[in-house]
Amino acid sequence: MRITLNSELKECPDGLTIERLLDLYQIDKNRTAVELNLEVIPRKEHSKRTLKDSDVVEVVTFVGGG
Amino acid sequence: MLAAVEIGKKIEDKKIKIGKYEFTSRLFVGTGKYPSMDVMKEALDASGTEVVTVAIRRVKINDTSTLLDYIDTKKYKILPNTAGCYSAEEAIRVAHLAREMGISDMIKLEVLGDERTLLPDPVETVKATQILVKEGFTVLVYTSDDPIIARKLEDAGAMSVMPAGAPIGSGQGILNKNNIRIILESARVPVIVDAGVGTASDVTIAMELGCEGVLLNTGIAHAKDPVLMARAMKLACESGRFAFLSGRIPKRLYAKASSPEKDF
Repeated sequence: MRITLNSELKECPDGLTIERLLDLYQIDKNRTAVELNLEVIPRKEHSKRTLKDSDVVEVVTFVGGG
Repeated sequence: MLAAVEIGKKIEDKKIKIGKYEFTSRLFVGTGKYPSMDVMKEALDASGTEVVTVAIRRVKINDTSTLLDYIDTKKYKILPNTAGCYSAEEAIRVAHLAREMGISDMIKLEVLGDERTLLPDPVETVKATQILVKEGFTVLVYTSDDPIIARKLEDAGAMSVMPAGAPIGSGQGILNKNNIRIILESARVPVIVDAGVGTASDVTIAMELGCEGVLLNTGIAHAKDPVLMARAMKLACESGRFAFLSGRIPKRLYAKASSPEKDF
């Protein structure tokens, strides 16, 4: 299946959870927030939420700012 | 002897209270635009700040270092901003993501009107404040120095109203002291000057006017020596605060001698 991760198209195995997706791209789970199709997904649900084709995932973190 | 005791006396000030949070330092410092992360870390330390602002952005895939590697979250309270948002909807979305980071329910709400001026959009800012307050956020809101908008933001439930002294990053200082004074007259929540601060005296002026705090970033980050400037800002903030609490003498048009005028 194909998903969009931070505006980039990615080919992913079917049945991938958010947690596994973050692992796959070595993203620190404790220092990020995840949005799936514009809905914020609480961290505790990452292992339960399975991605499907055409999903749009945004993963954000804190950066320097004023 | 008495003088020595007086000098040694600890000067007490009440803490600044924002919603359920209290801070001793009245200087809030941004984490953007430093020459390096190490300089930032040192500057934050030199500033004595207890609250640091951060922005929310997409992670870079395969880049494992993050800002939080350089900020001790036990030492500093994190204040995420909604910088770069141009509508209430966008700002609320960023606020939700910021809260999901699990570090802070404080949000520095910033809804901008356009890219050239970076001035706030008052209509969208009021709208976003109302919604985020209902959702339980501790909202500190960036606004212009318009006293009427400041009052509306307070009525909407903002825990702090943060008027710009001058445009973001402009370093022009407090351009309209009169407006800041009018805002202060009726404010029931802390007023923090946010944006426009260029150097130490700008911070002092804001504090002497009676502002509860100052938030700044570029003034420190882009100084030739950010760490030294951070120290200057800390002292300026304390100086201005103490001057305000002391109650300054009124300004007079004519001279008034300091020494006795006769009797010799």
